[in-house]
Amino acid sequence: MQLTNRSKQVSNTEMTFSESLYLPAILNGMAITFKHMFKKEATVRFPDQDRPIAPVYRGQHVLKRDENGAERCTACGLCAVACPAEAITMEAAERKKGEETLYREEKYAAVYEINMLRCIFCGLCEEACPKEAIFLTDRIVSAEDLREDFIYGKSKLVEDTQHRVDVTRRQTEEVLEFKHDKSKYHNQTHEDGKDIIHPWKH
Amino acid sequence: MLSSFLIIKFLLAIAVFAISLGVAAYATYGERKVAAFMQDRIGPDRAGPFGLLQPIADGVKMFMKEDFVPANSNKFLFVLGPSIAMTTALMTAVVVPWASPVNGVALQVTDINIGLLYVFGVVSIGVYGIMIGGWASNNKYSLLGALRASSQMISYEIAMGLSLISIVMITGTMSLGKIVEQQSLGYWNVFLQPLAFLIFLICSFAETNRAPFDLPECETELVGGYHTEYSSMKLGFYLFSEYVNMFNSGAIMASLFFGGYNLPFASYFAQMVGQNWILSLIQFLFFFGKILFFIFLFMWVRWTLPRFRYDQLMTLGWKILLPLSILNIVATGIFMYMSGQIQ
Repeated sequence: MQLTNRSKQVSNTEMTFSESLYLPAILNGMAITFKHMFKKEATVRFPDQDRPIAPVYRGQHVLKRDENGAERCTACGLCAVACPAEAITMEAAERKKGEETLYREEKYAAVYEINMLRCIFCGLCEEACPKEAIFLTDRIVSAEDLREDFIYGKSKLVEDTQHRVDVTRRQTEEVLEFKHDKSKYHNQTHEDGKDIIHPWKH
Repeated sequence: MLSSFLIIKFLLAIAVFAISLGVAAYATYGERKVAAFMQDRIGPDRAGPFGLLQPIADGVKMFMKEDFVPANSNKFLFVLGPSIAMTTALMTAVVVPWASPVNGVALQVTDINIGLLYVFGVVSIGVYGIMIGGWASNNKYSLLGALRASSQMISYEIAMGLSLISIVMITGTMSLGKIVEQQSLGYWNVFLQPLAFLIFLICSFAETNRAPFDLPECETELVGGYHTEYSSMKLGFYLFSEYVNMFNSGAIMASLFFGGYNLPFASYFAQMVGQNWILSLIQFLFFFGKILFFIFLFMWVRWTLPRFRYDQLMTLGWKILLPLSILNIVATGIFMYMSGQIQ
């Protein structure tokens, strides 16, 4: 099978005199390295210069708040079930009186942890979320010294009310439309009066 | 008169010393940049504009490192090794003529009539620096590196010396100053003795322990070769002496084969500018350019060719270069006899 046009048939024949001098081959090699001196370098000076990312790039997660600043997550656990890497864990708690501004629904996630070392950034949690609470963003998970530091809790995941995380930046129009399309299974509920259409049943 | 002579020689010696060290320092930077460019990378660019302060940063780093001496090493020889390597590396440049005389003052520290022999003597002592260092480390990798270094350098010195005999035959002198002067009138020696130049070039790669002859260091096989146990400025001396040696062999090659400080069409230039300090300055810059080209050549080859296997190295030295250089001497002798230069 020929994969590239650069492959050469290896032979064990005796070298000719000019080949056994090696000098033409050496000069040939030096010409190649000299040509490379004027080629454009492949380096990206990373902290100074960001590498362009795809519009649908999946990076560090964010737990969104609604327009009033209340956490959208209701700790249903669908993201944890959907997660193929089993990176997500959570503990649910009941909302007390007077916490309506903090949590949107009556149930909320007291603990929500994503292990960034386990996460494969597939985006299935985002797809599974019925409350549009978890999104993957265009941010890059930073390097850490300790394994424990890669387990992101709510302090790192929930967005700040003052500094909202723009999730549309990595969302193409198609992705946005897909997320809000009620006919798709991920947004369907029993209240819509229809059965949930599971994709694996097609 | 004597005192002014001494002052001039002293200043020249200091200048040669400073130039050798300065060029060697920036050769380390150049090496990394050339390597980077040849591999489509950027190279050091963090310290100063374009990374130009990198050699200073490296030097400071070397000084700040712990000066470690292994427990069962020979302490005296362990210090002596890098000292010899550095001293001999800096000694070679004194016989190199830098430009034509200014106001009757030769721009050369000393023009001894056996300049070539002196260079060879100093280079031969240089192998002791590596050998003693590798031996004193009390480390098997260091010893293997030192063994390789000594056998390699001794083997290639023979072919190197024999290749230069043909140069001595056609010029009739061993003084570097006179050899360079002769080339201002006629052709550069490289056109008269291309084979001798090729042999000398290959041997100087081997003598400076540069790739493809870097078996004494050989990171992939021997950890660090003869300098495995060295750290701090002792290691710095070894690494630095390699670059000083590169500078020196560039200077020797430029003087012997490429007309030294002579410009192409030297007599024409001399008429145009006149025999004054401006001509000397141009000559010095031109000579410097030739040396820099050779330093670049050393790097260029290093980042192109893979390392020799040990038996290939010995085969090349003893079975190919040595007979070739003897053949070259014989051919030169026959040619000189036929053309009537010798009876």
